[in-house]
Amino acid sequence: MYRSNVLVCGGTGCTSSHSLLIAEKLKEEIAAKGLEKEVNVITTGCFGLCALGPIMVVYPEGSFYSMVKIEDVPEIVEEHLLKGRIVTRLLYQETVEEDTIKSLSKTAFYAKQQRVALRNCGVIDPEKIDDYIANDGYAALGKVLTEMSREEVIQTMLDSGLRGRGGAGFPTGLKWKFAAANDADQKYVCCNADEGDPGAFMDRSVLEGDPHVVLEAMAIAGYAIGASKGYIYVRAEYPIAVKRLQIAIDQAHEYGLLGEDIFGTGFNFDIELRLGAGAFVCGEETALMTSIEGKRGEPRPRPPFPAVKGLYQKPTTLNNVETYANIPQIILKGADWFASMGTEKSKGTKVFALGGKINHTGLVEVPMGTTLREIVEEIGGGIPGGKKFKAAQTGGPSGGCIPAEHLDVPIDYDNLLAIGSMMGSGGLIVMDEDNCMVDIAKFFLEFTVDESCGKCTPCRIGTKRLLEMLDKITKGQGSLEMLDEMEELCYYIKANSLCGLGQTAPNPVLSTLRYFKDEYIAHVVDHKCPAGVCKDLLEYTIIKDKCFGCGMCAKKCPVGAITVTDYTAPGKKKPAYEIDHSKCIKCGACIETCKFKAIIKG
Amino acid sequence: MQKKISSIPFQGTPEQEAKLSAVIERHKSDPGAVMPVLQEAQEIYGYLPIEVQTMIAKGLNVPLDEVYGVSTFYSQFALSPKGKYHISVCLGTACYVKGSGDVLNKLSEELGIDAEECTADGQFSLTACRCIGACGLAPVITVNDDVYGRLTTDEVPGILKRYKEA
Repeated sequence: MYRSNVLVCGGTGCTSSHSLLIAEKLKEEIAAKGLEKEVNVITTGCFGLCALGPIMVVYPEGSFYSMVKIEDVPEIVEEHLLKGRIVTRLLYQETVEEDTIKSLSKTAFYAKQQRVALRNCGVIDPEKIDDYIANDGYAALGKVLTEMSREEVIQTMLDSGLRGRGGAGFPTGLKWKFAAANDADQKYVCCNADEGDPGAFMDRSVLEGDPHVVLEAMAIAGYAIGASKGYIYVRAEYPIAVKRLQIAIDQAHEYGLLGEDIFGTGFNFDIELRLGAGAFVCGEETALMTSIEGKRGEPRPRPPFPAVKGLYQKPTTLNNVETYANIPQIILKGADWFASMGTEKSKGTKVFALGGKINHTGLVEVPMGTTLREIVEEIGGGIPGGKKFKAAQTGGPSGGCIPAEHLDVPIDYDNLLAIGSMMGSGGLIVMDEDNCMVDIAKFFLEFTVDESCGKCTPCRIGTKRLLEMLDKITKGQGSLEMLDEMEELCYYIKANSLCGLGQTAPNPVLSTLRYFKDEYIAHVVDHKCPAGVCKDLLEYTIIKDKCFGCGMCAKKCPVGAITVTDYTAPGKKKPAYEIDHSKCIKCGACIETCKFKAIIKG
Repeated sequence: MQKKISSIPFQGTPEQEAKLSAVIERHKSDPGAVMPVLQEAQEIYGYLPIEVQTMIAKGLNVPLDEVYGVSTFYSQFALSPKGKYHISVCLGTACYVKGSGDVLNKLSEELGIDAEECTADGQFSLTACRCIGACGLAPVITVNDDVYGRLTTDEVPGILKRYKEA
């Protein structure tokens, strides 16, 4: 037994700011003090509060150290672990209340969260199967194999109301039922871990923080549909996740929890990893299967659906990482427990990757039906620098922008669709008044043009034409007619594309046109970018009455566009400067230099 | 991103070829072997010149056009070599809204190359990459295995200097 357990976050966010070196240093310092038998250092998965990384928590006290530096380690070991005096200075300040320390679960970031899919992330050592087993791991697989029939498992999934967390929200139980109904000599269970939405990282955190939960759930799915082989298709860009998944697979084999005759029931199930190679379209189910077959990841027309002809033309069921992460809990606690959370048609919880202009960047898991306002203002801690909320983008390149007027809509699959966005995998990017919505739409279209596989014409050429129009608008060459043309093209692409990528690609344009039409109009009619982002529409101007004539801006200007005038403002000693707009390249160097805020852009 | 095909002559060594042969041998009987073999070949050579793709096609007994089709489809496969220091700028949404586009432009300006290119001296290559998932540190760039987060354009010259002098 250890007297203290120190949990160091080993997720990608914290690792990027050297948390693994901190764990090493901790072990070193602990050994130097002769405490290695009393203090245990555990590298865990993601805690969720990535903005404060690197993160470290000491139990039993529950002291939450944030933004830890290597130089801080000796002090923490000496003071806290040796002498028992918490280093309050280095704690996450929200947990410090005069003389006492608040539990982490009571902080604004964690209080409203309910962790089901993420329950083990930041709690167990993902590289140790015993940690997972100690926390009810593989108990659900045991229950399924020894006490439940295949039909009962599928019925439980149907009753729970669990819907696919990859974005489209198809009921998981139904998917399994279809695959189970088709007889074949070989069936497959696949896991979609090709998290391609830019700005979404919840699946990565589950894979890194709790890899066994995915293996266990896939084995349960294998039993339910009658498959003996599974594939996890994981992004090669997630090296830590790949490594931990392989460790988990090897350990499960060693313990007889994967392989032949699992739990002595005669059930065989094995899992192989397949690495993606950076193609967004491979998140689409048929494209993913084509890619596992080693080919160009192009989607196939449906029907036949994967439940009939999937991987290698055999019946296949494909679920997303977060969907799998819910399944063992549903088996153990029952469908009713799961269905008691969430809204009428969207049960359970959803993990969101909160990013962009928000104070608490990180992962949050909340019951379905939580409002955007609660997520942004309470859990997310609001927008930095006192700026005004403009929009939240959900669903990545397939989703849309939600304006402030819809902040109080309870988030679930159906409500998001109704307001022109979608759940997607759960990326939630907050934007403030400094973000130009036309530019954001253009950003997503650049992404889809790049990632369109080229198989069908509406998507390949349609998105390209859309992007060209957006490009013109951001350069001040658009017209009101162009906006109408653009909208028409959007609906055409949606109706005629082969797969989900093309069918949803116009969503960022449609939703910004719907809620931020005034910004588009400002671009095409007034040739202005209200947010000051679109370079071609910007003009930098010196307000002469505010100018002290220090000349710093003229020195910084790379093209010599700033010169002194003969006007001296009242109360100033030196003459003011001015910008020659014909020479200005709009680099913004002057505005950054001016201490007196005498330069404006717009 | 449009793939740039390298014009630098192929300089593979016999050791690399032996390694590649072993990889091909190991995967030969697997269904869907092209992708895993390309992935391992890229680890051996650093990129996938046409000579390497030809060896893979012959070794796995699949048409070269199929190998080429796969290597050009996926963004991870590089057809031109990387510099000694490979800089990736994250253009994920979280980084983009926090100004990673400006960081990319600044790097491009400082190095005198566009994204997906390599400097003439082979020191630096620059690429715009998809979300690396470190959104908490946005905007983020990586130089080989080093991660730089919460960047501003002002910090770019200093970072480059560190590698130029290394």
